Amino acid sequence: MKALNRSFLIILVVSVVLLIVINRLNAAQGFSGDNTLTVYNWGDYIDPDVIQQFEEETGITVIYETFDSNEAMMTKIEQGGTTYDIAVPSEYTIEKMKEEDLLFELDHDKIPNLQYIDDRFLNLPFDENNRYSTPYFWGTVGIIFNPELLPEGMEITGWHDLWDPRLENQILLVDGAREIIGMGLNTLGYSLNDTNPEHLYETLDQLEKLTPNIRAIVGDENKMLMVNNEAAVAVGWSGDAADIMWENEAMDYVVPEVGSNLWFDNFVIPKTAKNIEGAHEFINFMLDPEISAQNTEYVSYSTPNKEALKYMPEEMVNDERFYPDAALTDKLEVYENLGKENLAFYNELFLQFKMYRK
Amino acid sequence: MQNKTFRNLFMLPYALWIIIFVIAPILLVVYFSFFDINGNFSLTNYKNFFTATYLQMTLNSFWYAFLITVISLLIAYPTAYILTRTKHKQLWLLLIIVPSWINLLLKAYAFIGIFGTHGAANRFLEWAGIGSRQLLFTDFSFVFVAVYIFIPFMILPIFNALDKLNPSLLYAASDLGASKWTTFRRVIFPLTLDGVKSGCQVVFIPALSLFMLTRLIAGNRVITLGTAIEQQFLVTQNWGMGATIAVFLIIIMVGFMALTSIRRRGV
Repeated sequence: MKALNRSFLIILVVSVVLLIVINRLNAAQGFSGDNTLTVYNWGDYIDPDVIQQFEEETGITVIYETFDSNEAMMTKIEQGGTTYDIAVPSEYTIEKMKEEDLLFELDHDKIPNLQYIDDRFLNLPFDENNRYSTPYFWGTVGIIFNPELLPEGMEITGWHDLWDPRLENQILLVDGAREIIGMGLNTLGYSLNDTNPEHLYETLDQLEKLTPNIRAIVGDENKMLMVNNEAAVAVGWSGDAADIMWENEAMDYVVPEVGSNLWFDNFVIPKTAKNIEGAHEFINFMLDPEISAQNTEYVSYSTPNKEALKYMPEEMVNDERFYPDAALTDKLEVYENLGKENLAFYNELFLQFKMYRK
Repeated sequence: MQNKTFRNLFMLPYALWIIIFVIAPILLVVYFSFFDINGNFSLTNYKNFFTATYLQMTLNSFWYAFLITVISLLIAYPTAYILTRTKHKQLWLLLIIVPSWINLLLKAYAFIGIFGTHGAANRFLEWAGIGSRQLLFTDFSFVFVAVYIFIPFMILPIFNALDKLNPSLLYAASDLGASKWTTFRRVIFPLTLDGVKSGCQVVFIPALSLFMLTRLIAGNRVITLGTAIEQQFLVTQNWGMGATIAVFLIIIMVGFMALTSIRRRGV
């Protein structure tokens, strides 16, 4: 009994000592007080060098955390207990976050670099006058393919080509309900924000017919799989396409003209923020043309910063696949916030589609 | 008197642990399962569960978990048996356990490479004259990787049971004229049944709710209840439905535990 008491006491003392040490360490690294900025961003979505430059310039320590879906990010912010100063949601999530009152309004006087953003990307329906958000990157959903692995004489120009029987067992799909259901809706000529159940059931039928051609429905692994020649075709985001093409120049990317998704990721300051001043500084820093150019070269999605384009390699800026002109982007649609029930219905259909076996 | 107070004091952390991390979460799961997507109290989720999609999914999960358990058992039992006969059995046992120290995700990624079209497995098949074929994203690779991951957990309890077996019982059996097969069937197997049961439990129950492997190795061609729970919580944010599926998983697990529970017979 005595020994037990003693060990109990020792554990208690050790815990207290560790607690003090941790506190000291955190303080030494600037992890407390208002000298830190917690950034919550998608994985692999910023040039680490840019963060370092920001830290050197402002003396603010950046704590960087990542998420892999808008929904997961929003759940974490909603639940509280976090101190994210910056988050990077997509447009339909911003609508939701506005509804739930999770965002601080931006002080435009503190973000003078907003002037460098192309007018095309400002004052969009999901956030009028950019009250809550500033654009970070934009892109599309399209078809990534390896011409060397395609059957003889086959060309891919639009969604319909995916149903070609010659592509049996050759397609990788991204594991996202909105992306895939949206693709099906677009193929049938409907809007990718359609919520008419009849249209959606028709889409499910159409998607089920695609099953023989599908090799797998995966997440970020599609990049690795495409680079390893595991499949000929993948449906995914433009930035993934850029990454894949970086590894293998033979690859190509096409945005179907019948319609596809145009998306924007944006900086916001969530209500969990503790360092609002620092958050504004960070946003302004990231919108600086030179910084933005450097970051874009690293991340390889498309930048909305028109001044930044001047600092970037010409072949990157002139690549119509990643900087499509307004004629094409006008045909593309932005996801709208469909509301919880419709989103649940989309997911239910997506689940049924995944369960379907030929 | 003082002893008793102290004992209760030392019990406190365990009691708290059980309440906070075991009892409360289960109650919360059951509680959430009664709310629909708009946060209204209803039984919709239970109604939805009894539709073709989810019943099929339950069946799928059950079938794959069953396959994984049976195959693990078929490989693990002879392995454990041979292990008990080897000279350095603790060393061999260690070698079998070592792979389970490596992170599951890492192993899954390694298998993507091995089973790929141009991976090691296909190169071997070509060399053997069978010719390369699709391995990744098939039922085969899913079951194979799952068995690979779970097998140490099946071997351990069976090994312990076999190791504890009193050898004089085997001598007695052979003295009494039992053939090797009869000895195994009538003496060894019944006496190690408890090990087999606990092995099956530690494999079947996690196998039932596998979800990462279904995407990485099976490319979402295998959909289990685990996948559905993940999607309901993270994407749809329909916590009620996710909780309902979890309730059914818990029920299945409790049922399986009861079925394989180890009854202590009077000594």
